[in-house]
Amino acid sequence: MKRKLEISELIFKIISYTLLTVFALCCLYPFVYAVSASLSGRSAVEYGSIVLFPKDIQFDAFARMFGDNMFWNAYSNTLFLTLYGTLWSMLTAILGAYALSKRRLLFRKFFNFFLVFTMWFSAGIVPQYLNYLATRDVFNAVGIQDDKWLVVIAMGMAAMNIILLRNAFEGVPSEIEEAAIVDGATEFQVLSTVYIPMSKSTIATVALFFAISRWNGYFWARQMISNQNEHPLQVFIRLRLEQYTDPEIIAGWSETFASDSVIYALIVCSIVPILIIYPFIQKYFAKGVNVGGVKE
Amino acid sequence: MKDRAVDFLEFDREAQVYRISPEQAVRDDVEKHYWRHVGLTVMKDWRLYLMLVPMLLVFLFWRYFPMYELLGCFKVSDDVVPVSQQLFSGFSYFKRLLAGGDDLSMQFWRALRNTFILSFYGLCFGFPIPIILALFFNEIRSNAARSIYQVLTYLPKFMSTVVMTSLVTMLVKQGSLTTGMGIINQALSNLGLISNEVANAGLLNNPSFFRSIYQISGIWESAGYDSIVFFAAIIAISPTSYEAAQIDGADKMAQMRYVVLPSILSTIVIMLITRIGSLLNIGYEKVLLLYNSNTYVTADVVSTLANRVGMGSNPQPGIAAAAEMMNNVIGMLLVIGANTIARKASNTSLY
Repeated sequence: MKRKLEISELIFKIISYTLLTVFALCCLYPFVYAVSASLSGRSAVEYGSIVLFPKDIQFDAFARMFGDNMFWNAYSNTLFLTLYGTLWSMLTAILGAYALSKRRLLFRKFFNFFLVFTMWFSAGIVPQYLNYLATRDVFNAVGIQDDKWLVVIAMGMAAMNIILLRNAFEGVPSEIEEAAIVDGATEFQVLSTVYIPMSKSTIATVALFFAISRWNGYFWARQMISNQNEHPLQVFIRLRLEQYTDPEIIAGWSETFASDSVIYALIVCSIVPILIIYPFIQKYFAKGVNVGGVKE
Repeated sequence: MKDRAVDFLEFDREAQVYRISPEQAVRDDVEKHYWRHVGLTVMKDWRLYLMLVPMLLVFLFWRYFPMYELLGCFKVSDDVVPVSQQLFSGFSYFKRLLAGGDDLSMQFWRALRNTFILSFYGLCFGFPIPIILALFFNEIRSNAARSIYQVLTYLPKFMSTVVMTSLVTMLVKQGSLTTGMGIINQALSNLGLISNEVANAGLLNNPSFFRSIYQISGIWESAGYDSIVFFAAIIAISPTSYEAAQIDGADKMAQMRYVVLPSILSTIVIMLITRIGSLLNIGYEKVLLLYNSNTYVTADVVSTLANRVGMGSNPQPGIAAAAEMMNNVIGMLLVIGANTIARKASNTSLY
């Protein structure tokens, strides 16, 4: 009896380790390949002889990209959009979620439904596009000529994140708030001295979600930002990919490194900063999924 | 709710008459001057309502105004519709899409089918794999080893859609053996799984590979990350449950069946609802970045069709909005339906 148990455990353990190892290596391999291909010489890349490690190492592909002003421009644009976009989203989301978490709020059910309905039904990209065009006209009329601000203010709001914040605020014990009110705190002071410090980790998680969606934003940035110098990194990467996989460009390529290496270098450069901050944000990233249970 | 007259009345002993109770007087007043009371409450608590304003405006302007814009699909741009048909002309775009018999109608049905197929395959393959991964993670007793495995499998989630699709595009890109064919075509061709011509043409230019590429890259990207929530449910199971099962002679499979599965069932149901709810909301960005005119047959989904018809050159926003509206209404019914079924079946619901 005991033996049979042990054998089934052992078999399952072996299967787990094997499949996990295979899957983990599959996850990792494309990155390793990208790094190797970005560092390899032209013939090695074009003949497809790289398997794991780079061959005929060169750094010209990276040098070319770092020498490209548009690259640095794109990076700074992405940082701009991420920073201001996250700040704006967090400001509206925290204030709104705080108000929604109060039982005494009139029409609370209606406001909640107002949010949740946008999770069920979206107008679709074409009506949104027309709406953003109209918004752009309004923004231009009031003197905001920069499309970046349109992206910052009009996009990236998610009902889900507000609901996460609302649930966290609802979990704050009301006695502490009452004590603050007795001490003469106004609504804004209660929020900033009681609620925000007491739901720090949810706030960090939500801020991370907003920041990620801003950092990754591609489609609307490409549609709405007309000035090439204002394109964020994602749009820049895509445009470069389209450019460097164009058969005409490849046919006329006369560098010492392959055109593919530039794309791989670009991919590597866009992942590395995230890998650097990953250890710091991982805790919140993993937590975020677990606070996903939504109730109304 | 008080429903008898005596509940509202109080006997005044001095005057020997029944009077309306003060509480009820207030209630009556609120009923009579409802909006004045609302105004007073809001005025008294104005800071709280002020906080709500930015969020409401953002949602109103950029979530609800587009829905108003959606009404454009009921308007007809050409004015030559005969009077006798004008009553129904509002649905002409829908008619044309559903039963137009022309190229656009064909494309719409194809896009609707592709949307269903891509999400359905995603549900079949993309949904169970994170659960299996979580079971495997649970087998690794050493924390350090498990962290390494987890970090490696989460890694692809940290790429943006653009970077992920760029990498995929590069790995399966066209070319011959001397002009930088993608490594995956090369490997598949060397193994004899695909012919040389197919490998040279690039897998993304071949409609029969699009669905596999879409699903495999999806699993690669998010299976590890999606497993977090299941893993959290599994490690929450008390060790005593396993011990009890072992004493009863349950082997590994029986433990899975009778201990692990019931414990994580509610998590699975919640994740399944979310999944079914977004069945028709598939990430159009990813399709848009991976497809091209060679693969419309299997890759074109409703959003990308709407994108081409409504935002390209010679835009027809009305008809594009009609296509998306049908897609999104079905999607909404799926969310509400899935949620209702789950609530009835297991008392677990998302909304």
